[in-house]
Amino acid sequence: MIELENGHEDLTWDIQKQSGINLSSCLHCRTCTNACPFSEGMDYPPNVLLRLIQMGMEKEALESSTIWVCVGCNTCCSFCPMAIDIPGIMDCLREKALEQGENIGEPDIVNFHTEVLNTVEKYGRAHKLEIMMQYKLKKLDFVNDFGVGLKMLKKRKLNLTPSKIKDKKALKKIFK
Amino acid sequence: MGKTIYSFFPGCSLKLSNHENTLSLLQFCDMVDIELNELNDWNCCGSSSAHSINHDIAMQLPFRNLSLVPQGLPLLIACPSCLIRLKQSYLKLKNDPDLQKKYEQNWGRPFDPSLEIIHFFELFKRIRLRDHINDPRAKLKGIKVAPYYGCMLSMPPDLRKEPSYYGLMEDALSRLGAEMISFGYETMCCGTYLSVAKPKLSEKVVTQIFSRAMDAGAECLVTACAMCHLNLEIRCALKNPIPTFHFSELLSMALGAKDQRKWFPKHIVDPIPLLKKRDLLKTRSKNNN
Repeated sequence: MIELENGHEDLTWDIQKQSGINLSSCLHCRTCTNACPFSEGMDYPPNVLLRLIQMGMEKEALESSTIWVCVGCNTCCSFCPMAIDIPGIMDCLREKALEQGENIGEPDIVNFHTEVLNTVEKYGRAHKLEIMMQYKLKKLDFVNDFGVGLKMLKKRKLNLTPSKIKDKKALKKIFK
Repeated sequence: MGKTIYSFFPGCSLKLSNHENTLSLLQFCDMVDIELNELNDWNCCGSSSAHSINHDIAMQLPFRNLSLVPQGLPLLIACPSCLIRLKQSYLKLKNDPDLQKKYEQNWGRPFDPSLEIIHFFELFKRIRLRDHINDPRAKLKGIKVAPYYGCMLSMPPDLRKEPSYYGLMEDALSRLGAEMISFGYETMCCGTYLSVAKPKLSEKVVTQIFSRAMDAGAECLVTACAMCHLNLEIRCALKNPIPTFHFSELLSMALGAKDQRKWFPKHIVDPIPLLKKRDLLKTRSKNNN
């Protein structure tokens, strides 16, 4: 067990409290990293990210691409011998990174999530076409995936108009 | 015989961008005497995005859906991701009396501690396909199918006690005569939104999934997730990928559904040539491109 230096335990403590997960239970067996389908797109593989948190290395953890590339598929934690909810930890880290205004490791992914929630706030349901248009607009990218978009439109995988829920008051309550 | 009624949460991916999945799912349920009542005015479960950036919204979105379920009806969900979102929120409520009070104030309905939330797969423990079908083994005869589950069999630790459905598609489809191909990538996640934000990354994984399945001799993939289906269809970099079926399509076909011509033209990779080759198309489709 590593003793944390004074002043370095903030992140470890915060994440432990927020997620309810005992971070010192990680054995660094690397099962999570071996199981992760997307670890190669991450700057720190999942077990190294846990190590960063254990060491209280807040900046490295919160600015990492890892916390955004993780899609929460739960493959890591269903194999983890200590049943650590790694995607749950990622959720805490992402929210903290946004709250504290850290440099975001993957701004595109944050934009995507924001656009999804924007349409859900407006309509109550996700509207894929608008999500894609807004996302591409922010990125100023109209070339990549244009063909895929057309195919999806043709096959009615993208609806032109959003599907809306009736109870608008409920949405106000949720997105207050 | 009367039908068994379930409350049904479709979710955005299934209902709004996967019509062929929705249609074949409803067909299948109807044919096995199950009536799905769509949850009135349901909203998005929050998908991958809400829990990624705002945990309050991520809790409230499923809470409202839970409050809409009619008393006494089990809630059936066919999207694996919606299921996790709703079930996790439900368990959180169940274990937290304070949160229950807030929920009741907010949504004006008492919390229902007996609410049953099940995945579509659970139906296979409650029905017997052979009761609804004659000569089941002839129905999908000869077709070589690689089952693809993606992340749906992986559960976060708080849902570890949920039933495991490992092998369910293999079991159901082989009973209908399909030859199931094991290829090692059955549970490799499709990447969900990385398909938009990191297309190269998801392309690599999806292409691997197809290459392995094709090397193993599969003629098609089958998936039970609408989101996976889309990613598999749009992110495979191979020139001539095999088609991907929805689990519900193969099931309904085997049970003799007649409206296949409404489903298959909505696929990006056309499955009709394969079905013809295996002589599995009962009526000639008008829309065979």
